[in-house]
Amino acid sequence: MKHETFLKDVAIGIGVVLLLALLFQVITDPGIHDLIIKTCIFGLFALSLNLLVGYLGLVAFGHATGFATGAYVFGLLMQTGTWTIPAAMGVAVVAAAALAAVIGAFCIRAREIYFAFLTLAFQMILYSAIISFVSLTGGDQGLMGGYPKPPFLGIDLSRPFDYYLFVCGVTVICVILLRQVIQSPFGYALRMIRDNHERSYFLGIQVKLYQWIAFVIASALAAVSGVMMSLFVTGAFPNFAYWSMSAEPLFMILLGGMQTFLGPLLGAFILQLLNDLVTEHTRYYGLVLGLVILFFILGLRRGLLDVVWDKVSDRRRKAGTVRPASPVTGDAEARERS
Amino acid sequence: MDLAALGDCLGTSSCLIFQTVGGLKIGLLMFLVASGLTLIFGVLGVINFAHGSFYMLGAYLAWQTMALTDNFYLAVLAAALGVGLFGVLFERGFMSRVYRGDVLVQILLCYAFILILDDLVIIVWGEEFLSSLGIPDAFHRPPLFVGGAIVPVFHLFIIGFSTLVAVALWLFMTRTKWGKITRAAEQNPLMVSALGINTSLLFAGIFALGSLLAGLGGALAASERSISSGMGFSVVLESFIVTVIGGMGSIGGAFVAALLIGMTRSFGAIGFPLFTDGLMFVLMCLVLVLRPQGLMGRSGG
Repeated sequence: MKHETFLKDVAIGIGVVLLLALLFQVITDPGIHDLIIKTCIFGLFALSLNLLVGYLGLVAFGHATGFATGAYVFGLLMQTGTWTIPAAMGVAVVAAAALAAVIGAFCIRAREIYFAFLTLAFQMILYSAIISFVSLTGGDQGLMGGYPKPPFLGIDLSRPFDYYLFVCGVTVICVILLRQVIQSPFGYALRMIRDNHERSYFLGIQVKLYQWIAFVIASALAAVSGVMMSLFVTGAFPNFAYWSMSAEPLFMILLGGMQTFLGPLLGAFILQLLNDLVTEHTRYYGLVLGLVILFFILGLRRGLLDVVWDKVSDRRRKAGTVRPASPVTGDAEARERS
Repeated sequence: MDLAALGDCLGTSSCLIFQTVGGLKIGLLMFLVASGLTLIFGVLGVINFAHGSFYMLGAYLAWQTMALTDNFYLAVLAAALGVGLFGVLFERGFMSRVYRGDVLVQILLCYAFILILDDLVIIVWGEEFLSSLGIPDAFHRPPLFVGGAIVPVFHLFIIGFSTLVAVALWLFMTRTKWGKITRAAEQNPLMVSALGINTSLLFAGIFALGSLLAGLGGALAASERSISSGMGFSVVLESFIVTVIGGMGSIGGAFVAALLIGMTRSFGAIGFPLFTDGLMFVLMCLVLVLRPQGLMGRSGG
């Protein structure tokens, strides 16, 4: 069963990449290409955060730690001029995961609002460190001067099409991996922890350990998006580690919907589109964005995909095709629609 | 990092006194703002992440009143009351709708207000930094010399005034009927409500008081710092650190923590000029790991 869904996901993934490749050839506007690239980068960033927010019920407010670590480690390695892109990428992701393993060990001791702000505190330490160690990180200027992008496996990331395809491909691979995690028994355990902390504990689930593992996985995937962002700007900037960088994916999750697997990806797309459209007409982007957030919180009260999905499942329920929630996980299963 | 300079400073009385007075001023101003945040959290259980924007609003309102009346004290008063009023509107119109929502929704609601207010002040007052209010005429006098250190009289005024506010707040919480009701509501709002107290009114009042303190802090800080959109960002983070170190909801704890942070900033600026912000966050992490409920917070946080 699981094997089948995996093959199905892979098939869909390949189809999506081919479609996006075709789109690149048909639409030649670089603005659209950038929109898709940024949607992939921030979509993966928000999706990885949603593993914690949506599936585990932990509101992490320091998710940019993984993003910035990935971008900076990758950028620094590439600037030496001796690293290949896949190797540097691997090291960057492992470094971010290792950092997350340490930070996570502290943070998961705290709950709710404390967890949120403790992760933020660690992120701001990283931010201060980046600003302070000018000789290594370039301080508030960021990693300037660019770096070479040596071709590997026939892929030359300095060519726009190669980079575009690379970002789409890596994102699709990571999304499939994330989906595997969420569909696994481990993923179901996370949802159970979210819905009933105590019961999971009594059933023998090592709650803290599971939370810690999820935290490390999410951070590693955030680092992948950070690496792709570093490739996009050929460098790294301290605002990658600034607190607003952690607020944005939370907003993408809210915008797209946290109950639906791909909701955050849609949220990332809408936010990028909104950014492009609004900044074209007014410089008061924050004002517009703030009003949009208010509308979503007080008006819709959930993300767009959640709204769509509720409509669809309502119709299906009327047709009698939705099976009842399983007695084991109860509400968790009913809430889970991925 | 310059530990030698820090050692030198700690060794000479003039530098020590100068930095201590500076630290007291920074710390007590921070207390004004942070006490509002911690008061709101203690009773309502929400972090008003837009608290820094209220501080900014206080600074702008004070600047506007100053421009109209040229009276510093009136400016401070108007800023405090104006922001207090804004706080009530914010609480009744928006925040009260998400008390039962989860943390994510509360954080994002406040995030929306940060973005909106930052742009609104640009629309009303323009993008240029506004100059500071300047200190009132009564304080245009030569500074005192204490142990070889220069101590501006106005700094002593701010230190004294903030301490006065802290004492008043403490008296309010411990000696008045509404203070007792507030503390009871921190423990069990449902019970307080069942005993016939109008908790909606209480919540609005507490939010007004907390916002007023933010406005007051912003106005006083504006006497010496320039005013700009986005000036609240760092303030809300600092206030949050103070709140966490002191213990969420504990005003006494906020007082101690604000002084601690004030000193860290003042002396850290000599020892670790680029890492003072980082130092504050390190302090906060240490407290959260070693004593999660904060220095003076109730356990079980």
